[in-house]
Amino acid sequence: MPLVRGLKGRLTAFLAVLGPGFITAMVDNDAGGIFTYSEAGARWGYLPLWTLLPITLLLIVNQEMCARMGAVTGKGLSDLIREEFGLRMTVIVMGLVLAVNFANIAANFAGIAGAMELLPVSRHVSVPLGALLVWGLVIKGTYQSVEKVFLVASAFYVAYVVSAILVGPDWGAALSSSVRPVLIPELPYLAVLVGLVGTSVAPWMQFYLQAAIVEKGIDSTQYRATRVEVISGCVVMALVAFFIIVACAGAIWEHGPRPIESAAEAAEALRPLGGSAYALFAGGLLCASLFAASILPLSTAYTVCEGLGLESGVDHDFDEAPSFYWLYTLLIVLGAGVVLVPGFPIVPMILLSQVLNGLLLPVVMVIILLLINRRELMHEWTNGPLYNALAWIAVAVMAALAVSLAALTLLPRA
Amino acid sequence: MESTRTEPPRLVYLTELTGMRLIGPRGARIGRVREVAVFPRDHPRRVSRFLFGPGRTRFSVRWDQVLSIRQNGIRLSGESFTPYYGDDYHLLLTKDLLDQQIIDVNGRKVVRVNDIALRVVRNGAAQLWVHEVGVGLQGAFRRLTEGLLPNAAIRAIQGRLPRNSIPWEACNIVEPDPQRRLRLLISLDRLSGLHPADLADIVEELGSEEREAVFESLAEEFAAETLEEVRPAVRSAILRSLDRGRAADILEEMDPAEAAAVLANLGERERAGIVGDMESEPAGEVEELLEYEKDTAAGMMGARFLARPSSATCGEIVRWLRGRDSLLKRLTHVFLLDAGGRLKATVPFGRLLVAVPDEAAISLAYRETVRVGLEADSGEVVELFDKYNLHTLPVVDGDGRLQGAITADDVIAALSHETERGL
Repeated sequence: MPLVRGLKGRLTAFLAVLGPGFITAMVDNDAGGIFTYSEAGARWGYLPLWTLLPITLLLIVNQEMCARMGAVTGKGLSDLIREEFGLRMTVIVMGLVLAVNFANIAANFAGIAGAMELLPVSRHVSVPLGALLVWGLVIKGTYQSVEKVFLVASAFYVAYVVSAILVGPDWGAALSSSVRPVLIPELPYLAVLVGLVGTSVAPWMQFYLQAAIVEKGIDSTQYRATRVEVISGCVVMALVAFFIIVACAGAIWEHGPRPIESAAEAAEALRPLGGSAYALFAGGLLCASLFAASILPLSTAYTVCEGLGLESGVDHDFDEAPSFYWLYTLLIVLGAGVVLVPGFPIVPMILLSQVLNGLLLPVVMVIILLLINRRELMHEWTNGPLYNALAWIAVAVMAALAVSLAALTLLPRA
Repeated sequence: MESTRTEPPRLVYLTELTGMRLIGPRGARIGRVREVAVFPRDHPRRVSRFLFGPGRTRFSVRWDQVLSIRQNGIRLSGESFTPYYGDDYHLLLTKDLLDQQIIDVNGRKVVRVNDIALRVVRNGAAQLWVHEVGVGLQGAFRRLTEGLLPNAAIRAIQGRLPRNSIPWEACNIVEPDPQRRLRLLISLDRLSGLHPADLADIVEELGSEEREAVFESLAEEFAAETLEEVRPAVRSAILRSLDRGRAADILEEMDPAEAAAVLANLGERERAGIVGDMESEPAGEVEELLEYEKDTAAGMMGARFLARPSSATCGEIVRWLRGRDSLLKRLTHVFLLDAGGRLKATVPFGRLLVAVPDEAAISLAYRETVRVGLEADSGEVVELFDKYNLHTLPVVDGDGRLQGAITADDVIAALSHETERGL
């Protein structure tokens, strides 16, 4: 009896802590992720694979710092920004987060549209329905139970692993490209790089993860277990990205490199799986988009209201937290609405949202680094010198990438 | 000290005050205010020091060196200023309060400080007293436009925005450092006036150090009642943050079943440490309850119940109950046991009240004595409550001996927990 109890207790403890890091990593592979990785593989083949190692490291560093801050302070990231940098800075950061997250929300509604058009269902039907579903999930308070369905649906990514194996890619090239950095000073390539960073290490993730850690009541004594969970979530995310890129490289790029312009083109990557490839891709993309479309508006409304000191959280009702619910509703309505604008270019917009993530990331990271090194806040949990050096180098590299992207976009071509 | 005039108080906002000019007796410009300090040991709301200086250097102007306070500047009576190196006994309004969370005791919630309004009090020379704390749009607007728009324009526009402010006397600063709390005379006494459930909601919004501060300073019994209402995840975090002896003291005050539920979420070693620090009687009860699985009847039940021999009369029971009013808040039934401690019958309090004192209690019992075994799962318990419209359900061991009782409260808690976890 005590043995069974002990086992069960340990399992429960592990499952309880399994939540935040893993969920964040799974949501990370949203419509934006699928299309960005597909574009990378379809257009550039195995070439961009080398970015995955540094990206994973970058993701781990970012997520780990936020998880640590949440566990040590018991406060959300926007709470800390407000307390340490004041209201004006908070408003600026929240404005940027709001704009970039909005692009991500729209991207996921675009993902819903793209997935359903493969079936084919008009976006004028699928997007409003999706928006209503997402909105209702939270308002009715049933989100928690649906979350598990989404998590299980994440198993869809296994399809890419199978597909990547079946398509028979050039594994040698894939592996050597994974460790050989290649930089091409061309706008589309740099945009893909920034997009890859932006989709994998999206700024909303840091806010979301830290809030989830606080919500779970994880404190510094439990932090070790959480760190393991956060890191393994990041690794799984990177593996998924690897197989999507390889599958696309094998199935599309080897037959002629081209950019991805529609969901149908992205679905080509699953062609080795046979006749059901389209349906499988549509189902997977739909789930990933719905999952992210549920979490992003919620996380954004929460982040912004928290920073501004407005009542927030699904524990309150509409009357208690009007700003929270209005913002949440608006994000969904506008995010879904944008997709319905006639002639809305679905895939380019999805890719653009990921580039915006990449541009905002260095800003958020600087803030995180300044916060986590405050002794009065983190006590003995501040970064070590090596950790800091690594993180600041990452900020510099990302800022350089962002600047060169901006320069290439703005400067007239010779 | 309060002025008797009825006109509205002349307010100066902290956003206006920082950057305000300090003017010497002969009109010399001395500098601009960077920070103001209240010295609570001296006066609870009067600004005691005005700090100014370039870069990180600070000089301090004492409150009694001030002649007048106007929008265009603060006029001083002297020119001797002392360097300021920080003082733990001073509450710095910008550093310690702006953008921080405070507890609004009247509104029973946690709010964030946007701006602080100070009142000019003329008492011979001019003084500044902290008046209220702005937590609404008005304060936010002032903060965002401060320095970008002229003060007069800010004042003109802000009138159209909702003010939303909290009087200073309702503000509770949650200072995590106990020493500093003592020095600043910050007391969390007023929190004890809140309902435990309200305070629990407040605590959930705070950061971990602030939570710890609240639970360190509350009376044990009140702390226990509050802790029972806090979300399970946060509850164990609080318990872990507390000193072991303090945690044990608070748990002793809790219903053993609740205490066991809190402890069940802790690690083996932490749990043993805390239980070891508890007095032996509650510790024993809690340990026994910890043995049971959470989602069984035994895991749901409370170990405290009212039981009398089955031969007792109503009068005897009522007299016996009088000595146990601490248990009466939750329990609504008396269980009748035979000599071996086996459950015979359940009697509701209501019937005892209206009965003749020497009537045998057993004659008032429910016709059917619904009971459940220790190992029954929670679904079965819920079903029994539903089917028989129960308020309480006795739990018995294999030999029929009474071990505890589940109340409607426990069932509701279990159900709402289940909904929260998403079934």
